[in-house]
Amino acid sequence: MRAVAVFLAARLARALVAVWLVSTVVFVVMRLSGDPVPLLLPPDAPRSEYERVARELGTDRPLPVQYGVFLGNALRGDFGRSIHFREPAVRVVVGYLPATAELGLTAFALALLIAIPIGLLSAVRRNSLVDQAAMAAALVGQSAPTFFVGILLILIVSLKAGWLPTSGRGDWTHLVLPAVTLGAFAMASIARLTRSAMLEVLRADYVRTARAKGLREQVVVIKHALRNAAIPIVTITGLQFGTLLGGAVVTETVFAWPGIGRLAIQSIYNRDYPVVQCVVFLSALLFIVINLTVELIYGVLDPRIRPR
Amino acid sequence: MASSIPASVPADAAAVGAVGGRVGRRTRRLAIMGGLFVAGLLAVAAAAPWLAPQDPVRQSLRARLSAPTLEGSDGKAHPLGTDHLGRDVLSRTVYGARVSLTVGFAAVIIGGLVGAGLGIAAGYRGGWLDTAVMTVADAQLAFPFILLAIGIIAVLGPSFPTLIVVIGLSGWPGYARVLRAQVLVLRSREFVDAIHALGGTVVRVVGRHILPNVLSSLVVIGTLELARSIVLEATLSFLGLGIQPPTPSWGGMVQEGREYLDTAWWISTFPGLVLMLTSVAVSRTGDWLRDLLDPTLRGE
Repeated sequence: MRAVAVFLAARLARALVAVWLVSTVVFVVMRLSGDPVPLLLPPDAPRSEYERVARELGTDRPLPVQYGVFLGNALRGDFGRSIHFREPAVRVVVGYLPATAELGLTAFALALLIAIPIGLLSAVRRNSLVDQAAMAAALVGQSAPTFFVGILLILIVSLKAGWLPTSGRGDWTHLVLPAVTLGAFAMASIARLTRSAMLEVLRADYVRTARAKGLREQVVVIKHALRNAAIPIVTITGLQFGTLLGGAVVTETVFAWPGIGRLAIQSIYNRDYPVVQCVVFLSALLFIVINLTVELIYGVLDPRIRPR
Repeated sequence: MASSIPASVPADAAAVGAVGGRVGRRTRRLAIMGGLFVAGLLAVAAAAPWLAPQDPVRQSLRARLSAPTLEGSDGKAHPLGTDHLGRDVLSRTVYGARVSLTVGFAAVIIGGLVGAGLGIAAGYRGGWLDTAVMTVADAQLAFPFILLAIGIIAVLGPSFPTLIVVIGLSGWPGYARVLRAQVLVLRSREFVDAIHALGGTVVRVVGRHILPNVLSSLVVIGTLELARSIVLEATLSFLGLGIQPPTPSWGGMVQEGREYLDTAWWISTFPGLVLMLTSVAVSRTGDWLRDLLDPTLRGE
């Protein structure tokens, strides 16, 4: 029991250090961007007005003090006001979050539903035509740039065939192409991993025993092999979920999907730094929380990895 | 990714137990084709001024949005068509190879120098240095770098050097983690103590004995990083944060052609396909090098 507590504490400490490092980078980048005060004022504002705003924002104080205030504000979820939307940056970002969540979860579900059966089939029918085609596709899917996958899908499925809408958010038809684009990398990775994990397990003695007992092949594959191959699949799958967040920036831009990734890019063009910082910070936080959860689940599932 | 992931499951079991067999030979053939493709691309990039049929930034109103043709309305051949400003897509794609490969190789060198330097130092010195380097590496690996890259480039403004440094630094933890682990093992070997006992300096041990031992890992990671860097550059250019117009880059060309996808599909499609082929070819070569030189890296 004590080992588990130490394991939890170490993981938690590492996650906290990561969050702190990310927030420090956000602060440094924000300071590099120069004085934010002139952005908020008309060009002909008098000196007194400038000083009033600087005092309000705290930019007239020494840097270490500003850093402390920033950390305190970030902890309370305060990233300042959006220059473009004229409301708290956090409220803006949270408003765009559901669209990203919808896209991310769909992409993830799609990746799992397609990748695991394909990986399974590939392992069972090793070196067959199906296996070779699936693994070739997975290799391309793993190295293809996300934005170009999206462009190709729009070109072929939407524009040439006219089956699905090209962009925007609406009914489920709008969701298909962005979800496939965003999920492509995870799909390829999970399929390859499922295949290799299954191949490993199918060689094991207990699988031979199960077969020798005369069990049907389906029972052997599903009940004996897949169950034991599940742990590495669960882990990598969980980590892939975090990676989806990064891909969302690109996918949302390609498909004009109104989520936080597209918001980040647009805020850069609007020079709306509070929103950019808030998105970067929240995504990093989300990513770290997901990774931590996966590691904890994994530690529960497989006692062997705990000491480290 | 996180260090708690067991490396026991090979990322690609195809070649295991089939080395030298039917599948192994096919993998090798694919990798050689990939290598040849990259070599060809390097040649094309180097010889771009002589190979490109036209000036990649010269606009021609008469030849706007021309479909692939051997006899355009301006009397010139446009085998891959022209874009919305009448620029030759083939010429721009050829010049785009220069940008991609320059940024890619430069980023790999920066990431490799920083990552290998810190990784070897962390593994050799140990102690607080080791803890500090690995904590930062884990933190950086812990979140999607593209968001950070976007934030940094948005503030500093997109420029060639910024792009190379940002992409280069995005890759350093990969080198650092692998090299640290290898150096940790190497430095506990007897020959290190022997050299020290004979009066050899740390520089000599690292330079003459450690570095040659980790070189093959460095080459493997570098190749895989090259593919990632090229895709990252294209992605940032696609988002408008990388190479700025009118300089041709593959990602930027895909972006420029997006508006005309319906009427002039060739503007985005050709540079995108070349980018995809490059990425697949380079990472295949990397996978093959890994299997050949350093199968222990599979879990990474």
